[in-house]
Amino acid sequence: MRKVMTGNYASAYGAKAARAEVIPAYPITPQTSIVEKLAEFVSTGELRAKFVPVESEHSAMAACVSASILGARTYTATSSHGLALMHEVLMWASGARLPVVMTNVSRAMAPPWSVWADHMDSVAERDTGWMQFFCESNQEVLDTIIMAYKVCESRGIMLPAMIIEDAFILSHTSEPVDVPDQDAVDSFLPSYDPEMKLEVGKPMGFGSLVRPDQYMEFRYKSMLAMREARDRILSVETEFKQVFGRSYGGLLDEYMCDDAEVALVAAGSVAGTARTVVDRLRAKGMRVGLARIRAFRPFPFQEFRSLASKVSGIAVLDRSYTHGAAGAFFTEIQGALYDVPKRPAMKNYIAGLGGRDITPDVIERIFEDILVRCERGSDPEPEWIDVVGLPRRQS
Amino acid sequence: MSRSYEDIPLTPISDTPSTMNMTGLWRVFRPVVDLDKCKKCTLCWKFCPDAAIVLVDGKPKIDLRYCKGCGICANECLAECIIMVKEEAE
Repeated sequence: MRKVMTGNYASAYGAKAARAEVIPAYPITPQTSIVEKLAEFVSTGELRAKFVPVESEHSAMAACVSASILGARTYTATSSHGLALMHEVLMWASGARLPVVMTNVSRAMAPPWSVWADHMDSVAERDTGWMQFFCESNQEVLDTIIMAYKVCESRGIMLPAMIIEDAFILSHTSEPVDVPDQDAVDSFLPSYDPEMKLEVGKPMGFGSLVRPDQYMEFRYKSMLAMREARDRILSVETEFKQVFGRSYGGLLDEYMCDDAEVALVAAGSVAGTARTVVDRLRAKGMRVGLARIRAFRPFPFQEFRSLASKVSGIAVLDRSYTHGAAGAFFTEIQGALYDVPKRPAMKNYIAGLGGRDITPDVIERIFEDILVRCERGSDPEPEWIDVVGLPRRQS
Repeated sequence: MSRSYEDIPLTPISDTPSTMNMTGLWRVFRPVVDLDKCKKCTLCWKFCPDAAIVLVDGKPKIDLRYCKGCGICANECLAECIIMVKEEAE
């Protein structure tokens, strides 16, 4: 059934379609309408779930962990400072191997106080052991929640996943979204059936102390699970496409890259803008493409190496900045490409922080710059786009 | 004995409560109570961070299976009836 809805409602409908059973959540701008909609679904009986109004995001994730240990399918949503407050418990969820699925409405970190789109909050949690999926559209948000549960709950994986939608650009913007048929979702995503769970009559301690002689073995298992998730994400998406007719390009979603001279790497809603710029420049005869990071964890190593074999230049657009280094996407892609036989020219572009619009004009200028870089070679210095006070690049 | 990563669960799971950990083995100093001097104020019982003191007729009895020998009871005791004695190797 097609409805017009915001990214936040797409998240709520995704959690409902996946039949989340326990939803502990704390409201924060711009995530609030996800939680409101889910509370409404629960109160009207449309969704049979326990809605837990908690006193903080730390508690929200702690409640998710507890419910998940008991074998419940668990969902929550947060944003920026709420996500940061969860940090400790995010590690608990992944270390205890619990398939919690959460929407993070990606928003800038303060100060300066900001409620707008920026990937710093999500990027700052890349090391917590969660899978991270950046979404381009509201439909992708809804579909990815359903797919994520299937990936996360796979016996060989058992890891949590973060579904990332950009603040306001997706969270509060309405688009037509197909809400899939419930029976089809139910057969695609059977109810959660963990190998082991906590039972009331049988007390157990989860995640208890291990000594130095055994700790690394548990971490090694998590590494194997995240590695296996790469294939699982692809196979689940293939299956999803067979049933629902939609897919999103796996871990790295390439658009017009096969014969491209240069590719722009970006994540989130800006990819939609970049597609139109690619079309426009292609019409002028410029061989440009887009490689959209869909999964940041697990990181698409092979996909980037395959991209590098096709193009002469890679522009990496980071909507966050790791101070003292560079954009996180850029440094990780650079690392992945260090030993490829033919290394493309690379450059890092920092844009759109704190919700500043990344317009088609900005993307066009990035493409023009990276095309020049193919001849001049990589630029080690990240370029901050349109910072007032810096000389504006002439295209 | 350390086990292979293939033979361990996804996350460490214990089916026994933490009372199975005999933390008394950590002790270097043992509290010794002079029950004749005890005024039954129960401060030692209230302050024990490990709940290793039980009250018998209002007076403390140290549960040496769990007492880590931290000495807080001796420090808090107003009647000065608890002294810390170094454990000797048996």
